[in-house]
Amino acid sequence: MATRRTCLWKRGVKVSETFEMEIFRYYPDKDNEPFIKSYEVPFRDDWVVLDAINYIKDEIDGTLSYRWSCRMGVCGSCGMMVNSVPKLTCSAFLKDYPSRKIRVEPLQGFPVERDLIFDMDDFMNKLTEVKPYLLRKEGEEKPLEEGEYLQSPAELAHYKQYTLCINCMLCYAACPIYALDSNFVGPAAIALAQRYNLDSRDQGRNQRQEVIASHEGIWECTFVGECSVVCPKDVDPAAAIQRAKVSSTLDWFKEKMIPRSKG
Amino acid sequence: MSKSNEPVLWFLFSAGGMISAMVFPILLIITGVILPFELAGEVTFERIHNAVKNPVVKLVLFFVIALPFFHWAHRFRFTLIDIGLKPISFLVSLLCYGGAITGTIVAAFILWKI
Repeated sequence: MATRRTCLWKRGVKVSETFEMEIFRYYPDKDNEPFIKSYEVPFRDDWVVLDAINYIKDEIDGTLSYRWSCRMGVCGSCGMMVNSVPKLTCSAFLKDYPSRKIRVEPLQGFPVERDLIFDMDDFMNKLTEVKPYLLRKEGEEKPLEEGEYLQSPAELAHYKQYTLCINCMLCYAACPIYALDSNFVGPAAIALAQRYNLDSRDQGRNQRQEVIASHEGIWECTFVGECSVVCPKDVDPAAAIQRAKVSSTLDWFKEKMIPRSKG
Repeated sequence: MSKSNEPVLWFLFSAGGMISAMVFPILLIITGVILPFELAGEVTFERIHNAVKNPVVKLVLFFVIALPFFHWAHRFRFTLIDIGLKPISFLVSLLCYGGAITGTIVAAFILWKI
């Protein structure tokens, strides 16, 4: 079974039915504006949308550009809008679209670079903004020879869910707040901040709060919850944001009521 | 980026949401089923009036009325901002929270008078 999925149609499998793929095309050097191009591909029960797109690239139109890598929902590269819903195209089966026709577009809310490829710089900057790594207070970092920071399974369970994010950006494409205002730090980045805030080895919450508790952080979110609906890894960023709201509200009251306390 | 003062508004919003979700269904059963069908004895003005006169009932009613006003204000403010009124967001906030504050004052006044 080492054969690539994309080569299945070459293995003498009889294909009688077809599937219509409407693909968003845009080549900024040549096209004044994006357009939709329709392609007819073979329909196979075990094909996912990415297989159909690979078929187009290999057999029909080599100029089609898109991102993909692992084909098994781990790398987070192949997120696209399928019939206006953010999906990992490697996990969306053709057979789940009984009308035998779908429209594939780049993830919504990001500037398009070419065809299905969008510019992810904004997201990358937001990831670094929330300092997604273990931070220790000054002077509390253990010297290397003392070994690692130990953690119990219960402590791991506090944040494990938020480690499962694959940065596929489906949550940003689903978020109406991000679509209206791209200053919003956004679901995945806040969930990632929570992942470190809830880690028993970490002491960097105060540093992250500068971004998280700002207006562009959690307070922009109105709990629409679509981020958690589309998340392919059940990270539940909406819950992460609401939890951060509760703890930031407690912080706020502490800071205002007891002015000298610092977190 | 500086820390936002949104928490106080969000706190009132979430408290109002919690009250709406937990207390309103009970109130609906009391005022919509039990009282009109007189399932708990005869309903007279005197009886209800005496019940509401109790300071504890007044306090409960105050929170049950005031906090959902703030829940509405917060939700409605963001609804208006999301449909494109962000440029006048200060006015939107003024109207929403102003409305909630007015409602709260009116509720407090009426409860005080009973």
